[in-house]
Amino acid sequence: MIQAILVFNNHGKPRLVRFYQRFPEEIQQQIVRETFHLVLKRDDNICNFLEGGSLIGGSDYKLIYRHYATLYFVFCVDSSESELGILDLIQVFVETLDKCFENVCELDLIFHMDKVHYILQEVVMGGMVLETNMNEIVAQIEAQNKLEKSEGGLSAAPARAVSAVKNINLPEIPRNINIGDINIKVPNLSQFV
Amino acid sequence: MSDIVEKTLTALPGLFLQHQAAGGSGVPRVSVSSRLGSLIRSITALTSKHEEEKLIQQELASLKATVAAPNTTLRLMKECMVRLIYCEMLGYESSFGYIHAIKLAQQGNLLEKRVGYLAVSLFLHENHELLLLLVNTVVKDLQSTNLVEVCMALTIVSQIFPREMIPAVLPLIEDKLQHSKEIIRRKAVQALYKFHLIAPNQVQHIHVKFRKALCDRDVGVMAASLHIYLRMIKENPSAYKDLTGSFVTILKQVVGGKLPVDFNYHSVPAPWLQIQLLRILGLLGKDDPRTSELTYDVLDESLRRAELSHNITYAILFECVHTIYTIYPKPELLEKAARCIGKFVLSPKINLKYLGLKALTYVIQQDPNLALQHQMTIIECLDHPDPIIKRETLELLYRITNAQNVSVIVQKMLEYLQQSKEEYIIISLVGKIAELAEKYAPGNEWFIQTMNAVFSVGGDVMHPDIPNNFLRLLAEGFDDENEDKQLRLYAVQSYLSLLEIENALYPQRFLQVMSWVLGEYSYLLDKGTPEIIITKLYRLLINKSTTSETKAWIMAAVTKLTSQTHSSKTVEKLIQEFSVSLDTCMRQHAFELKHLQENVELMKSLLPVDKSCEDLVVDASLSFLDGFVAEGLDQGAAPYKPHHQRQEEKLSQGKVLNFEPYGLSFSSTMSSSGCTGRQSPAGISLSSDVSGNSAETGQKETNSLKLEGVKKLWGKEGYLPKKENKAGSSPELQPIAQDSTLVENVDQMIMKKDQSQALHHSEEEAEKQRLASTLFVGLGSESAVSLLGKTDTVSHKFRRKSKINDTKNREVTSTHNINCSSFSPLSNAPYEDNDHLNSFQDKEDIGLKKCSLGSEFLESGLKSESLTELHLVENFSACSLSPPSLFEDNSMEIFHPPHPTLSSFANEISLTSSLLEELNEHVHSDLVELCNNEMLKVSSCKIWKDDCLLLVWLIVNKSSLELKNMNLEITSTENFKILEHPGFCFPVIEAESTKSIQHHVQMEKLFTEEDLSGCVKYKVEEDPYIQLEFSITLSLLDFIRPMKICTEDFGKLWLSFANDVKQNIKISDSQANLPFALKTLQQKLRLHIVDIIGNEGILACHLLPSVPCLLHLRAHEGMAALWFRSSCSTLPDYLLYQCQKVMEES
Repeated sequence: MIQAILVFNNHGKPRLVRFYQRFPEEIQQQIVRETFHLVLKRDDNICNFLEGGSLIGGSDYKLIYRHYATLYFVFCVDSSESELGILDLIQVFVETLDKCFENVCELDLIFHMDKVHYILQEVVMGGMVLETNMNEIVAQIEAQNKLEKSEGGLSAAPARAVSAVKNINLPEIPRNINIGDINIKVPNLSQFV
Repeated sequence: MSDIVEKTLTALPGLFLQHQAAGGSGVPRVSVSSRLGSLIRSITALTSKHEEEKLIQQELASLKATVAAPNTTLRLMKECMVRLIYCEMLGYESSFGYIHAIKLAQQGNLLEKRVGYLAVSLFLHENHELLLLLVNTVVKDLQSTNLVEVCMALTIVSQIFPREMIPAVLPLIEDKLQHSKEIIRRKAVQALYKFHLIAPNQVQHIHVKFRKALCDRDVGVMAASLHIYLRMIKENPSAYKDLTGSFVTILKQVVGGKLPVDFNYHSVPAPWLQIQLLRILGLLGKDDPRTSELTYDVLDESLRRAELSHNITYAILFECVHTIYTIYPKPELLEKAARCIGKFVLSPKINLKYLGLKALTYVIQQDPNLALQHQMTIIECLDHPDPIIKRETLELLYRITNAQNVSVIVQKMLEYLQQSKEEYIIISLVGKIAELAEKYAPGNEWFIQTMNAVFSVGGDVMHPDIPNNFLRLLAEGFDDENEDKQLRLYAVQSYLSLLEIENALYPQRFLQVMSWVLGEYSYLLDKGTPEIIITKLYRLLINKSTTSETKAWIMAAVTKLTSQTHSSKTVEKLIQEFSVSLDTCMRQHAFELKHLQENVELMKSLLPVDKSCEDLVVDASLSFLDGFVAEGLDQGAAPYKPHHQRQEEKLSQGKVLNFEPYGLSFSSTMSSSGCTGRQSPAGISLSSDVSGNSAETGQKETNSLKLEGVKKLWGKEGYLPKKENKAGSSPELQPIAQDSTLVENVDQMIMKKDQSQALHHSEEEAEKQRLASTLFVGLGSESAVSLLGKTDTVSHKFRRKSKINDTKNREVTSTHNINCSSFSPLSNAPYEDNDHLNSFQDKEDIGLKKCSLGSEFLESGLKSESLTELHLVENFSACSLSPPSLFEDNSMEIFHPPHPTLSSFANEISLTSSLLEELNEHVHSDLVELCNNEMLKVSSCKIWKDDCLLLVWLIVNKSSLELKNMNLEITSTENFKILEHPGFCFPVIEAESTKSIQHHVQMEKLFTEEDLSGCVKYKVEEDPYIQLEFSITLSLLDFIRPMKICTEDFGKLWLSFANDVKQNIKISDSQANLPFALKTLQQKLRLHIVDIIGNEGILACHLLPSVPCLLHLRAHEGMAALWFRSSCSTLPDYLLYQCQKVMEES
């Protein structure tokens, strides 16, 4: 079972926090912080698995993470999950985000936090993997998006606002970063600390 | 899928219109959403945490005002919710918005509802009280015709739902299993899985539907049901063996590419599904050759099909390997799996290497040669920059440790230990090092040094067993007396030199170990006078950082040392100083020491040198005070009551009258019962309770108590099973002939490889080679055995000497002890080997026979180190420890009075009376005769112990002939579980003698009344077997025990239980008095009266082993309203029935 899914940036700012097991608020924040410190210490060329430590259930739990440009995606799972399987699940999740947001970047995660949650809900439900088929997930999300579009172009406005933000705050040209099998254009977001 | 889109699209125009009508233009919307934008932007512009906090607090304040305002539209609310979610994510509490999130989910349109649900699932937890408000919304949405709404409701249910409200939605969700859309069915299955997790008994009835889901035509639904099956099979594999075929078929189809291409991930068909199925098959096939047989083919195919192209195929391969090594082994598959592991280990990718190491660790016990094959890789991993890889490697090395490589491996572990800071890593690693050091230490110095390192690093976080084991090892020693001395001497010396170091701080546990060893063994030092050591200890004692617990240890050590010296100034000083200490404990110690010092003779006898392993006979019943107590009682003093009893009475006193008769005068009965207590060295609390003394001798004899405490931890029997179990738990290696040749080949291969490599490799490489040879020494063919912990050879000097022999010796020498200690375990022992038994028949003394049988059993249990038997051994010693043992004081001696009939009768009576006397602290039934014939009589008695039901069978041989091969067999039923072996055999029962057997019975399935039947079989001389059948009725009440809790706890428990039953029953006039009615319930049903308030009473009980049930009773106009609550769904019904019965009867 998946205990928690955490996404934070290179500076430890949480971008998505989803717990499937009950932790008090302070402990949640502590887990995010400690996970960040654990993950930050690690080079890129060492393995993607970590032991959860005393915070989340001890040695039976593993942290499985991937690092994409400015973001860390960390899944905290117990021993009943396959490590490599989860590693690819993260990939599926990110690829789906990429499809839904068209070249996903950290900003998308910030400004569409709710949407990211909806996408996640289609992949993982109550700590169990619900769907791993990307097309299916995207289809679900699109069905929901249609609802939104129907609200009289309301979504267009925020989208414009976001792209304006993107343009204003991005002096540098977005760079292409190779992450495994797909290319996600990720802008340099150093000012988002 | 397309259907949903369609459906949604049809709903769109309506939504659209609704928004047009309600929302007005898009202008406010922009401003609303840009509020989130501006919030985010301003947060990111900040530089300090403090500023962020200020800003968010402001934001929260404005949000609070907005959401509370009556004119806030739902749409605005939705935006507010998103901002609240954002604030919560950053760690700021926004509980004021929770209720609005629920409202939004209740009232909003689709989009708003979605945000509301999301916010609820992020904000609240399962036990949050607000969640109850959501239940209606969920029920409504589940019934909605809009698929999106249904989906949302199912999602929220599977994320977060109050357990007690499950019944409200369960039928709706069950219906959804038949829904035409697969996405709905799938989510419904997930929701049911959630229910299974949080309240398994509530979904028990729909297991059939799970099976239907497994056979669903849609793959997604089937995959979802696998979650449930994985879980249920993990809990109880045997119940789902029949599904093995289905799982195999599914996996075959998946592997064979029968699924739509849609399910491919990097052209691998449904990899996650495969992983799931492989896990299930592994669980099903474990230790089950027949089931495993079914899976061999598909595993082979999976291995073959998984072409190494992508990470995910490795995931499948890893799972395959895991499964192959889990199920009943098949050589060909194992070979293939071993090759696969090679691929992992040798892979340049770190992730795969990690998994390879993990797999190696897992299989190393079955196949030690694999470690040899990969030794160079393992060496490399040992110095890997990644600490995770390093740790996994150490774990692997830990499993292959033997006497030859132990020092290298432990050194590596210590190195790692020095670098790591994580507490849980330290704890586990320290434990492993201590275990290895104990098992394989090559020498005294090494052992002590290693343990010193362990104690210094592990300090106060390590498991308390480590120092205790260590001290026990030192104290009990090994077979060689000289060796023991050397070891102890070395320990003393090393501690003295450690204490020499100025300003060195040692963990408290280490100090405790030191002080114990110094106190006990410093006499071994030739030159060192106790004075020097006392001075050192004194310095520790006055150290500020020493805790009071450690001080007590040190004080005990000083006391021991004082008895060896004549006069010591330091001791005088110490006594003086601590006699005025503020710490009462220390002060007491000081006074004790002072008094002991005045009486040197007493001190010497109390603290003999090097006698830590011998039992000190303590008159814990304080019988020497009996006279004093009797005097006090005669003069009208109240008998002593333990603290908890007083408390209880205090609680109930104000409210209930005491209906129990006053106790008998104590002075007359006391002396006799006190005597019985005194005779038995083990009898402690029994007589002291009766004589009205305090059993808590407590502080009085702290010195001797300290010793006792230490001994208890390392008690002769206490540790034995644990240790042996550990040694035996490694599965036995099948000695395969080809194995050794294979190893040799591998060795040669490696040698060749080594040689060729050595030519053109650097110095560094040679270093690694050397390390490899030291690490993997002893892993070769001949010592493959030693890997598996089978090596109880001479080389392992630090293995504890077998406690069995010890026990045996003791038992043989003192038959008196045997009768009391080995009786109960004996009765549980399954005897299969009748030869053994017969060979002892010549012996006259029954006690002796029993003891040798006992040890014989123990030995045979240990010889065939199979796990089950070890388990029995564990039981065995657990039983033998359980105080007070039945039949103390030789009550089993055979009587030989002149008149046979009379004698057996007398015998039985004496047995019964002794039985009852010994057990008078437990409630028990009368002795009931079950069956008899001219030769034999079987009777039984129930003893309602606090933690179990004990059935005692008495078999009386009435005849003047010997009964041989007496077998007692209890028929096993699904309702009961008998903790011991249900059968029992006496090789012979002498004429006119009585035997007794006891069984611990547990309830497996709830019932009101059920018969437990059995039979006895026996032989008279060479006649055929004669069989007698009997049965005894057990009722639910035999398993009900009072639960002593306070009113407050009752309240808490009451709220936490979901299952309740209410019933009004008529009560007779006599019961109109509430306390009286409650008293009836207390006596008849063994309920505990928690409290009585006005005309209401609350009672609590629990069903063994630990299912609580609470009762609330309200008496009103001849009616009693009974209200039961329990964590078990059926227990209230059963109890209600019993209650009714009792009320009617009385």
